[in-house]
Amino acid sequence: MNAPATLQVQKLKRTPLYLVHRRLGAKLVEFAGWEMPVQYRGVIEEHLAVRGRAGLFDVSHMGEVEVRGRGALDLCQMLTANDLSRLQHGQAQYNLLLNEQGGIIDDVVIYPLEADHILICVNASNTDKDFDWIKKRSGGSAEVENTSSHYIQLALQGPLAEKILQRLTRLRLEVIKPFHFLFGEVGGIHSLVARTGYTGEDGFEIFCDPTQGQKLWGALMDAGSEHGLQPAGLGARDTLRLESAFPLYGHELDDSTTPLESRLEWVVKFSKGNFLGREDLLRQKQQGVQRKLVGLEMSEPGIARSHYPILKQGERLGDVTSGTKSPTLGRAIALGYVRAEHAAVGNSVEVEIRDRRVGARIVPLPFYRRQPVEVKAKGGE
Amino acid sequence: MEFPDGLKYSKEHEWVLVEDKAAIIGITEYAQHELGDIVYVELPEVGEKVVKDDPFAAVESVKAVSDVYAPVSGKVLEINDALPESPETINEDPYGDGWMIKVEMTDMDDLKDLMSAEEYAEYIEQQKGADEEEEEEEDEEEEDEKEKK
Repeated sequence: MNAPATLQVQKLKRTPLYLVHRRLGAKLVEFAGWEMPVQYRGVIEEHLAVRGRAGLFDVSHMGEVEVRGRGALDLCQMLTANDLSRLQHGQAQYNLLLNEQGGIIDDVVIYPLEADHILICVNASNTDKDFDWIKKRSGGSAEVENTSSHYIQLALQGPLAEKILQRLTRLRLEVIKPFHFLFGEVGGIHSLVARTGYTGEDGFEIFCDPTQGQKLWGALMDAGSEHGLQPAGLGARDTLRLESAFPLYGHELDDSTTPLESRLEWVVKFSKGNFLGREDLLRQKQQGVQRKLVGLEMSEPGIARSHYPILKQGERLGDVTSGTKSPTLGRAIALGYVRAEHAAVGNSVEVEIRDRRVGARIVPLPFYRRQPVEVKAKGGE
Repeated sequence: MEFPDGLKYSKEHEWVLVEDKAAIIGITEYAQHELGDIVYVELPEVGEKVVKDDPFAAVESVKAVSDVYAPVSGKVLEINDALPESPETINEDPYGDGWMIKVEMTDMDDLKDLMSAEEYAEYIEQQKGADEEEEEEEDEEEEDEKEKK
């Protein structure tokens, strides 16, 4: 799992907010080479704050790769599965970097900043891999740069996120639709403000210069104090994304997993023309997949965790990739891969938990979906 | 952090309350704090044998699973039936309602390896101290660097 202790001599990276987290009493852990807050006051409390009010996450460990030049769009189109040519100005896109076999190198969010300038937000654990991959294939008409150190990124997430952020900016946030972004000042700091996130709630991700990180964090916390805004760590980020059935690279996704297996077929636009991995994916689509990502809910006491075997009458169908007890639902939930013929919703299976076989059921995904905005507004604060 | 005097403590952060040949076992304040919100507990059954230094139970936070190691060997006399329904009791009252099992000890000498409250408090301080010293130095370095800028 972790590298042997002797190899961990490399110092962990810290975001510009490291001392802020320390002062807030955060519990810090290693994540993808970074020393990050996993929780401040408790995972469940932070999780429920995001679902009910708002939470603020430091996600500066996320990487950024920028592609510039007249070949920038073509390069990105060739290396990804979704169709960037469909995007309107100011629109961002969830996308996948694929290898020749259609395996997922990373799942990313792409922000076309200008016609010849594309920002790719990548997973911390994959930053170097992604940069090398794109750089190697860039040719002469596109310049590729790892600009991860040029940004900090904060995620303000929850039903009150817009109200809180609006206090700090003249941007009209109500006109920013989901997966759209604008540039503007937040608390006097030049920022990219995107209506994106990884929690299943409404919210924003804000990028700015690292030197402004502490100031931005402070401004947001102040603006949110009367709305019950709480700092939230990677622990809550993980339980929130799992309830929403968002995949996490290294758990649900890896280089040998394709989008057709991992419920990400909607991302793949076969019609856009050629792209890396297209042929193998088309073949897989015709032949059918061997395994599928499914949602599980435990029907007996126990919590399924990553790598636990999923069985049916003693026969191994696959493995759990993520699992927890859902703070919102109060039930044990999990994601995992099973052989395709057993993937139907309603199917009863077993999860092996410490030599014990515990009953579980395949359920529809996501586990949690937020209420439509209208209903929420009536509920008030 | 509280470590009651009448208890014995293990390096794996379990406590033991000795009553003649019986031992009541739970996890310490420090352990519950490190684990965070406990959402699931798996206990052995009455009559099962537990072996010193082997796992006898599992406690799970939202984030992870942790084994609980037996501080003494023995046969399980009683388990805390209330825990599976309300595992958060361990967070709220680790030395009281959050007790886990009661065993009949097979070897009273097992107790010799355990620490007193004072020794355990020192043990925790040593562990925390080592981390914090290092971190404080680092903080100072960072603050210095900032001032230079």
